[in-house]
Amino acid sequence: MEDIPPYPPIDPTTFDLIVIGTGLPESIIAAAASTASKSVLHLDPNPFYGSHFSSLPLADLPSFLSTHSTSPSPPRPRSSEGSNEFSVLDLSTRPLYSSIDISVFSPDLLDQNSRKFNLDVAGPRAFFCADKSIELILNTGANQYMEFKSIDATFVGDNKGNLLNVPDSRAAIFKDKSLGLMEKNQLMMFFKLVQGHMAGEQDVKISDEDLQSPFVDFLNKMGLPPKIKSFILYAIAMADYDQEDTGVCRDLLKTKDGIDQLALYNASIGRFQNASGALLYPIYGQGELSQAFCRRAAVKGCIYVLRMPVTELLVDKDSGCYKGVRLASGQDIFSQKLILDPTFKVTLPSGLSPPPPLQAKLPFFSQKDDRGRIARGICITMTSLKPDMSNFLVVYPPRSLFPEQATSIRLLQIASNLAVCPLGMFVLYISALCNDDDQGKKLIHAVMNTLLTVPPINSESNAAVQSETAESGCAVQDENAESSSTGPSDPGEGKPTLLWSALYNQELTLGQVDFICSTPMPDGKLNHDDLIDAAIKLFKKIYPEDEFFPQTSSENPEDDGDGDDDVSLET
Amino acid sequence: MHGRPRKAPKPEDEAASAAKAQKLRALQTQFFSFHHDQIYTKEAVELSAKLLEINPESYTAWNYRKLAVEHYLSQPECDPDSVKSVLDDELKVVESALRQNFKSYGAWHHRKWVLSKGHSSINHELRLLDKFQKADSRNFHAWNYRRFVAELMNRSEQDELKYTEDMIYTNFSNYSAWHNRSVLLSALLEKKAEGFLLKENVLPEEYEFIHQAIFTDPDDQSGWFYNLWLLDQTVTTDSPLLVSTWPTCGSDVLIMGDGCQNGSFSPFTTLLSDSGSFPIILYFNQPVEGVNSSTVTIECGFDKNGYLHWEPLSVSNSQAAQVWVAHLKFPTPELDSSVEVRVGHSKGIISTRGFQYCHPSTFSFNVHVQHVERDSFQVSVAESILWREENFKIYRAQSEESIPIASFDQLCIKNGHESTASNWRTEALAKEIECFRELLSLMDCKIGKLTLARLLMAYDAMSFPFATKLVHSEEVLELYNDLMKLDPTHHRYYKDEHSLVLLQKMTSSKESLLQHCFQYKDSVSSVIGNLICLRLNNLSLSRIGAFEKLLWVQMLDLSHNELQSIEGLEAMQLLSWLGLGNNKLGSVTALEPLRKLKSLRVLDISYNQIGDHSIDTTRYLCSSPLSHSVGSELNKDETAIIDAALVNYLEAFYMLKDLNLNQLDIVGNTIADETFKSALVKIMPTLKRLDGKVLD
Repeated sequence: MEDIPPYPPIDPTTFDLIVIGTGLPESIIAAAASTASKSVLHLDPNPFYGSHFSSLPLADLPSFLSTHSTSPSPPRPRSSEGSNEFSVLDLSTRPLYSSIDISVFSPDLLDQNSRKFNLDVAGPRAFFCADKSIELILNTGANQYMEFKSIDATFVGDNKGNLLNVPDSRAAIFKDKSLGLMEKNQLMMFFKLVQGHMAGEQDVKISDEDLQSPFVDFLNKMGLPPKIKSFILYAIAMADYDQEDTGVCRDLLKTKDGIDQLALYNASIGRFQNASGALLYPIYGQGELSQAFCRRAAVKGCIYVLRMPVTELLVDKDSGCYKGVRLASGQDIFSQKLILDPTFKVTLPSGLSPPPPLQAKLPFFSQKDDRGRIARGICITMTSLKPDMSNFLVVYPPRSLFPEQATSIRLLQIASNLAVCPLGMFVLYISALCNDDDQGKKLIHAVMNTLLTVPPINSESNAAVQSETAESGCAVQDENAESSSTGPSDPGEGKPTLLWSALYNQELTLGQVDFICSTPMPDGKLNHDDLIDAAIKLFKKIYPEDEFFPQTSSENPEDDGDGDDDVSLET
Repeated sequence: MHGRPRKAPKPEDEAASAAKAQKLRALQTQFFSFHHDQIYTKEAVELSAKLLEINPESYTAWNYRKLAVEHYLSQPECDPDSVKSVLDDELKVVESALRQNFKSYGAWHHRKWVLSKGHSSINHELRLLDKFQKADSRNFHAWNYRRFVAELMNRSEQDELKYTEDMIYTNFSNYSAWHNRSVLLSALLEKKAEGFLLKENVLPEEYEFIHQAIFTDPDDQSGWFYNLWLLDQTVTTDSPLLVSTWPTCGSDVLIMGDGCQNGSFSPFTTLLSDSGSFPIILYFNQPVEGVNSSTVTIECGFDKNGYLHWEPLSVSNSQAAQVWVAHLKFPTPELDSSVEVRVGHSKGIISTRGFQYCHPSTFSFNVHVQHVERDSFQVSVAESILWREENFKIYRAQSEESIPIASFDQLCIKNGHESTASNWRTEALAKEIECFRELLSLMDCKIGKLTLARLLMAYDAMSFPFATKLVHSEEVLELYNDLMKLDPTHHRYYKDEHSLVLLQKMTSSKESLLQHCFQYKDSVSSVIGNLICLRLNNLSLSRIGAFEKLLWVQMLDLSHNELQSIEGLEAMQLLSWLGLGNNKLGSVTALEPLRKLKSLRVLDISYNQIGDHSIDTTRYLCSSPLSHSVGSELNKDETAIIDAALVNYLEAFYMLKDLNLNQLDIVGNTIADETFKSALVKIMPTLKRLDGKVLD
């Protein structure tokens, strides 16, 4: 970032809206505002789209994480002072990632292929075929810029490394080998109850009292055995916290919400002809989603400038109202509204006093989510966790790995057929909600130890690991080349061997509306729906008069007609 | 493809379809003129293709194309390459027609026709089918065609079974796929292919498989249908069995005798006969063909040549029947002789499914013929029978009396092989029973109850082959009672099944049967005084069955039931007195089985519903005399008797005319008004009493 290439000055210099950061919520707002005929300037200090929602090459991920893990160096000398009309506020970054732990076990192999990776910073993430994100993608025409593939299956894992198939549909229940006949019957009856309830059938209506009660109580009331209960709660309704331990549960799922989740899951199965399961993943990674909305915005006239840091905010001297931004290039740009990436912190430069209305509000940065933090892990292997299957989700319900495990851990394996890694490799995304870094590490490590063979290398510091593995790199490579040719036949336990891993803890923040607006960080959910809700909420706040992506009949006259209501699915 | 609601057409759609019709008419006119003139030019053939693309249902156009192809192939300049291209063109036309409507019979048929010419690539057909079956996995046209293609290319049944299984895994609500599975398995079992040698190894796996579907979704019917097929495979023994006969093995039969004066003969085996012959009845467990004097031989002292004419007892006039009868003539008025009947010692008795009767059996009995004065016999059968309660006295069995049912197991048709072979069947049924009891403990499921009822009856029948005890009949009756309440739409079916089970239960043991045996005694009659009347009245029966145990019955009271049909009654060849009063018989055609009962003399059909309905619904169930090839037609004299007003009742006359009745009670039916009755008297000259009145 040191040597910013000289940019021609941006013209015009006044916009309705400036958006800083190209993460998903920012991109959606930029696209929505452009569609509502606002003039929008969309800036990003990074040379790529997506910010915290991006998919990055292997080599770029560690540097991105570390850039956002420390407070920036002291503010550089200001390019210019504020004018008579404006006060200047400093725009600096704040640490969002902590406890970053990169381990490289096979440097040569990975170096050769670094650019072939598209690693999601906010993984694991997927779409339900019928969720709001897919609706939005279809409604806005963003589907033109993306291609999807179906996730093959969902499993529930245990501490012995077994992956149990989740019977999530009628066909899956029929096919399942682990459920007894009675269990099959009970589970299907429950699914039918939910379907009947959703369809508004009178005789199967679930009572209001039940709907307001905890979902886990309702499942108990239906007499479902523990195994099935766990499938429903954590692998279908995707509950994060242990629903049976009110001590640790910070998000007790109500029956109503549980049923809604099941209905979403059910509607997702079979929605698209080529999608076998409920879940989708975009080819080239999740970063494509932010980018698709940016393209959508650009079509509507939004101006994009990447690699453009913003250094200061300009506010009205008297009222403290936001007026504009000062770019790293020195140019001042003015707008009615501003949307900020959660990376930024607004402070007063030392020795200056803020305009009176802002005194209480500074320093400004987006609020923390009371759910604490999220631990994420990315692992790269040469063999699939499940032979003959490439892309799938694994859920470890609370207490499934160790007694103190209070949250469910999700793992998404994505293979090279989704263009996220070189041929023959697999990327595993792992995440779990946690209170602090130690707890987070313990959760991610528990999964890794259960499923993977971690080569015995001390990863105290990156440099040390890299140099240590430099000599042994060849050996690792050979071993893996061998194992890939003979199938999953690692010596020992037959677990895939870890080639590379990145573990980090991310802060959860909420979207916020103040004298400026700030978007949320990636949340702990599997899909994007809560983030989309947050983006819609922000949009409504700043443009209460405007419709969020009004439905238009012929948005794309060049469209061939049948692409409109379908996502492109590769089989 | 399925479950889509039909939408009302929009105005623009209607306009479009009108335009389409216009275009179609023009094409059709042009096409017919080409067809008529036998023009097979390129232009003409292309026109038919265009027509078929719009309307694949045009059979004429398909046939025209066949003619055009034949015409082309008969040309001298036709070489193999051009043959192939012509046929490939046909396939393309079919394909585009199928795109328009892939349930078009004509199109699929045309494709078969082209393929059977043998010049086309079959691999392409499989790919095409994959596409069609993906689009609509249940389309039976595609499945039919698939069987055709698989056979043509000699694809193994195992491969097809795998394909079918994959389709089932995709969506198990697929009748076509389950059906195909049953077809393939039958073929594999018949071939005794590797891994399919024994039913007893294959069927348990199939049960396991279908349970997955049934338990996952008991409301889905496709699985139950397959389960029913499996049950049938389990229960039905391939080769037919002889289950009962009359006379029974080892019995002493007294014929024509004055039973009441001879205490040493059981009333159960005393028969009144005025024809100089007596019937021998063979009752099989399934319809068979080929019962004749070479497959069934008899040996007796009085008939040296041993020739018997065996007649199938079936109302449908087919050559196969479950019950066969032959009449053995006795030459002298008085006789004591033993008769031996040998069934199936030479091959030829074959079930309708093609399996040989392979349990040769022999039964013998003694016949005692006693002379009775012709006149007194005539009188005695003409005596008035009053179906009055006070005329019946419960029959007290004499000590060691042989009731026919007690001697069923004397039939030498059980042998060691059969009983060990059916062990797995009993086990399979027991497992199934346990399984569905569990399902029913979880939910109220109609088809589950029905299946359990069927299983229990099959189990009882199998564990006690000649049913001396039915352990589950109470439970089964309860299940049918439940079903009648749960599923009123199918009340009649459940009622019928309930009646059959009830009858089986009543006839299953000597004790229970004796409770229904009565002696008829009124103030005047003497001859029939020692005969047994089986009274199955007031049981609210809607159907009758268990005939194999009732072959001996000569006097039967079925009054005060809810019978709408008497199907199967033709097996009771000895019946002379039959009471059907106060039932729900709705038409004269329902009496069809009676035409086969040659000894029937006294019939009571009073207080039924004959003539109530102008439309005779039984006509669709059993064939009416009008559609019969046999049976006499009314001659001119007889037609003259019938009043013009009775023309609607012609059928009734056809039917009743052939019954050799002495006594008929028909009062209480809509049909039986004075004009009808007076015509009836004329058309039935043997009739001595009508509705209790002595006729001149």
